[in-house]
Amino acid sequence: MKLSANAIIGGVIVALVVTVALVAIFWTPFNPLALNMRLKLGAPDAAHWLGTDEFGRDVLSRLMAGASTSALVSILTVGFAVIVGTIVGVVAGFVRGWTDRILMTFNDTLLAFPGILLALGMMIVVGANKWGIVLALGFAYTPTVVRVVRGTVLSLREREYVEASRMIGNSAAYTMFRHVLPNCVAPVAVLATSMFGWVLLSESALSFLGLGVPPPAPTWGNMLAGARPYIQTAVWLGVAPGLCIALTLLGINLLGDYVRDRLDPRMA
Amino acid sequence: MIMTPPYTPDTPFLSIRNMRIEVARSGAPLIEDLSYDLHRGEFLAVVGESGSGKTMAARAIMRLLPAGIACTRGEILLDGEDLLKASAPRMHAMRGGKIGMVFQEPMVSLNPAHRIGDQMSEGMRIHTKLTKAEIRQRCVEMLKRVQIRDPEHCLNAYPHEFSGGMRQRIMLASVMMLRPKLLIADEPTTALDTLTQREVLDLMVTLAREEGTAVLLITHNLGLVARYAQRAIVLEKGRFVETGDVHRILRAPQTAYTRQLVEALPKRGDAVVPTSNRNAIIQVRDLAVTYRGNRTGLFKPRPAYQAIDGLDLDIHEGETVAVVGGSGSGKTTLGRAILRLVPAAHGKILYRGRDVLAGDRASLHAFRMACQLVFQDPHSSLNPRMRVRDIVAEPLRHCPMMNAQARRQRIDETLDEVSLGTLASRFPHELSGGQRQRVAIARALVRRPAFVVADEPVSALDMTIQAQVLKLFQTLQQRYGFACLFISHDLAAVEQIADRVVVMEQGKIVEQGLRDEIYDRPQHAYTKSLLEAAPQI
Repeated sequence: MKLSANAIIGGVIVALVVTVALVAIFWTPFNPLALNMRLKLGAPDAAHWLGTDEFGRDVLSRLMAGASTSALVSILTVGFAVIVGTIVGVVAGFVRGWTDRILMTFNDTLLAFPGILLALGMMIVVGANKWGIVLALGFAYTPTVVRVVRGTVLSLREREYVEASRMIGNSAAYTMFRHVLPNCVAPVAVLATSMFGWVLLSESALSFLGLGVPPPAPTWGNMLAGARPYIQTAVWLGVAPGLCIALTLLGINLLGDYVRDRLDPRMA
Repeated sequence: MIMTPPYTPDTPFLSIRNMRIEVARSGAPLIEDLSYDLHRGEFLAVVGESGSGKTMAARAIMRLLPAGIACTRGEILLDGEDLLKASAPRMHAMRGGKIGMVFQEPMVSLNPAHRIGDQMSEGMRIHTKLTKAEIRQRCVEMLKRVQIRDPEHCLNAYPHEFSGGMRQRIMLASVMMLRPKLLIADEPTTALDTLTQREVLDLMVTLAREEGTAVLLITHNLGLVARYAQRAIVLEKGRFVETGDVHRILRAPQTAYTRQLVEALPKRGDAVVPTSNRNAIIQVRDLAVTYRGNRTGLFKPRPAYQAIDGLDLDIHEGETVAVVGGSGSGKTTLGRAILRLVPAAHGKILYRGRDVLAGDRASLHAFRMACQLVFQDPHSSLNPRMRVRDIVAEPLRHCPMMNAQARRQRIDETLDEVSLGTLASRFPHELSGGQRQRVAIARALVRRPAFVVADEPVSALDMTIQAQVLKLFQTLQQRYGFACLFISHDLAAVEQIADRVVVMEQGKIVEQGLRDEIYDRPQHAYTKSLLEAAPQI
């Protein structure tokens, strides 16, 4: 399949974010945590390209450091939700019977809570740090994946090639992995890319509520939250992390569409 | 006002002149220079294989071509008016009003979210000024004419409450209610079994005669053409091949292509050698299969439905036993129950004398290794993410005796036998329906089974492809000598391939015997009606 312009744009944005996140681990223009009250709320200039915040910290450096945290958190969260959700969904959909009922009752109970509320509760238990966020948001988003995967599996298991696999003498587990699971990739890929967006936003929301990564460590979410009082006086404080979130989401979505098509032999 | 030219018997009602349909972007032609006439009250068949453009040619009359496909040249004169030049509002009045259309898939052509009554009256509301009560009255009358038992109830029901045949009759009723002057029927009965097919088409002919409607019947089934149409047009890849009286075309085709179509019609195979003196490979004794329906109330038990009801059947080594019957007769369930794909309520299934229902794991495994299934729908029986070669190779996973070299050899050999050697690295979506069915056959035969269940293996295919696949199946059976349970509602295909025929009705065998006996001297009334309904030439 030819690379479309969209796929290239998406790929470039995602590559850029990942590179910046990696670079930020070792180097940022300024120390993202260093306070300098003399420079507080400084407009962008030659030294501080994106200006400084209310404590005089360099916004660009904080954005870069924030990228590491935000990217790490969202990748781990989406990974957690997709892996756990797919396993539970495939088992429930393929095995059916009591296993299905018990898993789905538990799952639907989780789904009945608003995701962010569930995450809030989890955060209080696990503690407000990076790993807490990953676990909390992971749990909050897993039920959606379970639902989607189970639904797909239910329709796939009625296909005749699944019956053909039984006729060949393949075990249930083999049939599940060889014939059912690969055909779930498309809906899961779509879901995972949109989930990146939700997770970035939820992480921002949690940080905004003061339950995310604790200050002074920067994330895009708590930077956005911190910028709120200065939206009139220092626009760059809010615009910079906001744009980063929006662009990253765009990139992930474009790339996600490409990956989904790429994995489908009918589109290749 | 559009002036209608004075009617004279010799001016055609519909006249297509030099029509060309092409893909708008590339200019590739789908129909080239097609001309034909249709007279009032005439029954004209358009015949061709898939891809011949017969559906496009019909849709162009309604000006309902898919996006990106356009009619770029020619004239479509309906009663003297060129439909290609008609305005959009004029076409709205034409569709449904003057031209009616019945589609192939009754299961999807009615909207599942609306009541039958609302869907039937839609056309009347648009095209007439009748009141609601009058429309309802007409609907009831029309449903009576298409032999729906309780029309009042039917109007309040939803489509899922009806079988395919009933839905097609309802569809026909709602189209004919507006008394169109032209009825376009696009493969209207391809999805139905033989008995229902007969009912629906007989009804269509009766209604059309009574209303004086001209009918354009699009089909690939020459048997239907012979029975219902007066004249036929043969299309091949968008080109006009020949036209003329149906009986002349079938008896003395003028072109090589038509001859090929006629020759593809299934013919009775060689005289049957009785096989009952051979050993039985499968013995079914007093088999019953029960399906549970949905609960009707919270504490009521789920109603049981007997799909197979105390059935005995013997299949001998190397013979082909055909199971025929209408939809719902339990023939598919029988095949799956024998293979243990659906659980039996009681009874015995003996494979070479051993009970496979009671046997231990090892004997069940041996049974699985020796039996295979070929499915009806080649679109859903192949995993879309696997290449042809991998699909055919998969059954050999369970042959620990074969080394990699022997496996490779076996796969190549099998692929060559079904003439797919060059397509081994393709994905299923890159193959045609006939090629896919050959992949399914290769997968079933790669382990050299002793017994194969073929569930409607050719009903989803065109006549010519059907002939090829049946022939291939027969050749392979002669070579490897497997026994076969051939499930089909198509009596013509059965006549070509079967040694013995078993007729099923409502989960029971009503008649069985050698093929020639059943076809020449049917005893049971149900067998007679099946044979009677089968379109023949």
